[in-house]
Amino acid sequence: MKVKGKVWKYGDSVNTDVIFPGKYTYTLREPEEMAKVALEDLDSDFNENAKPGDIIVGGKNWGCGSSREQAVTCLKERGIAAIVAKSFARIYYRNCINQGLPIVVSPEAVDAIEKGEQIEIDFDDGVIHTSKGDFSFPPFPDFVRGLIEDGGLIPHVRKSLGISD
Amino acid sequence: MGKTFAEKALGRAAGHEVTANDVVTVEPDFCMSHDNAAPISKIFKKIGVDKVWDPDHLVFILDHAVPAPSDKHAQNHKDVREFVAEQGIRHFYDVMSDGGVCHQVMCEAGYALPGTIIVGSDSHTCTYGAFGAFSTGIGRSEMAATWATGKIWFKVPESMKVNVTGSFPKGVASKDLILKLIGDIGADGADYMSAEFHGPGIEQMSLAERMTITNMGIEMGGKNAACPPDQKVMDFVRDIAKTDNWEPLWADDDAVYTKELSYNLNDLVPGLAKPHTVDNWGPIDEMKGETIHQAFLGSCTNARIEDLRGAAEILKGHKVAVRTIVIPASWAVYRQAMKEGLMDIFLDAGCVITNPGCGPCMGNHEGILAPGEVCISTANRNFKGRMGNKESFIYLASPLTVAASALKGEFADPREV
Repeated sequence: MKVKGKVWKYGDSVNTDVIFPGKYTYTLREPEEMAKVALEDLDSDFNENAKPGDIIVGGKNWGCGSSREQAVTCLKERGIAAIVAKSFARIYYRNCINQGLPIVVSPEAVDAIEKGEQIEIDFDDGVIHTSKGDFSFPPFPDFVRGLIEDGGLIPHVRKSLGISD
Repeated sequence: MGKTFAEKALGRAAGHEVTANDVVTVEPDFCMSHDNAAPISKIFKKIGVDKVWDPDHLVFILDHAVPAPSDKHAQNHKDVREFVAEQGIRHFYDVMSDGGVCHQVMCEAGYALPGTIIVGSDSHTCTYGAFGAFSTGIGRSEMAATWATGKIWFKVPESMKVNVTGSFPKGVASKDLILKLIGDIGADGADYMSAEFHGPGIEQMSLAERMTITNMGIEMGGKNAACPPDQKVMDFVRDIAKTDNWEPLWADDDAVYTKELSYNLNDLVPGLAKPHTVDNWGPIDEMKGETIHQAFLGSCTNARIEDLRGAAEILKGHKVAVRTIVIPASWAVYRQAMKEGLMDIFLDAGCVITNPGCGPCMGNHEGILAPGEVCISTANRNFKGRMGNKESFIYLASPLTVAASALKGEFADPREV
């Protein structure tokens, strides 16, 4: 799997409340509604101009805070193709895998990547291609790759239980 | 080589010995959800299974926006009730007087038990570690999948040991310890780790004081946080346990830790977590005298009877200078506060008391901030926009510091009132 897109770059400890504000937790129920408020309290430019295929690049501890899965759903529904960060908060990391949103941990790549540039991520070979060179990362273990390829945990569980569409 | 608490608890659940970084699949003892049981039930339906694996393992507690402040919240609660009826879930706490904030109810009603595995669709599920449970927060999809299969995988976490000695000086509370610790190691200082609290400083703390500490384990990135299941825990849970399947477990003396820290409670001062990150710690001296607009005494972190007693002692016979919202953590706490006369103290002081629940903590209702306003809060997060407005400022502190500040209308030192 390869993704290529424009970078939205942020700093450390971007938390679940600024990715998806808590005040919408029980009022926005559909993913397309959630997508419209993504990063609303952090970056109005993203909120207005992010396009499908774009890639988010964050600092350390991306997604700290709540277990609120909408903080992943809103970005996935918005068409974000991947998130690269120096590190991820634990629950957020699991939520990304469970939603089938590919993520990469690479502090070196984050330091090199500029806001607004085009980068390409090759998940099969474990390489991020940037304007300042290539950065490798360990490809997902088979278990995680299987989950993402199935489209996330729910389709994966359906498959494992032998439930067909 | 000795085992950590996480290795013992996950090993017990897996049925075989485990070591940090092993991956295990376990059946949780309880799966807790709050108002988000409704969206989780929608995800559950997509799986295509008719019934949850065992309804007696599920616990639903409505607390995030209760009673419903809008038609959308009301619909959400209605969806939960319909799912409860359809699935035969008996551990359900509706908007009634046996409920309250989910984490408080889980502990006072006997679900948080030593050696058990508890998952919750809320990041502060780590609170139950105060009772020696291995408890952790998970997302909605993962909870739906766990309802369907009865199983969840975990990587056995590496562990961090915090040795605590001494006792609290006057005006200093367990919130001051956890805010200082998070300030020292950062919001990712315990990322992916099990945080264990050891030592005589922890042993002399009440269960309420320990719950404040474990509640905030997630604010330093912890997968879970835990205290030893000592006699205080055993005495508390023995007669109220909701299952017989529990067992006190604790780390061996020669267990291996990734990180070790030590704190002497005698050295602590009242502190604050300043906007907009929980690790932005500063001593009260740094902010003393700055104006506040709202004080909030509530949330799953600090709204137990012990917290209300501490605040009431400061407020008794005085008037608050700013609007002060008091939200007991549960109806049991509310009732106890009434019996002890604390509610009269709060009302005489000019505080507003609302019904138990999460209140304004995550921006849904009962104390939303206006742009430019400053709130001192006993809750666990000061993220931008957390209390409903991105142009407001949240400072986290102990109930004692919140009460002292409410009296003055500015950040104040509880040792000086």
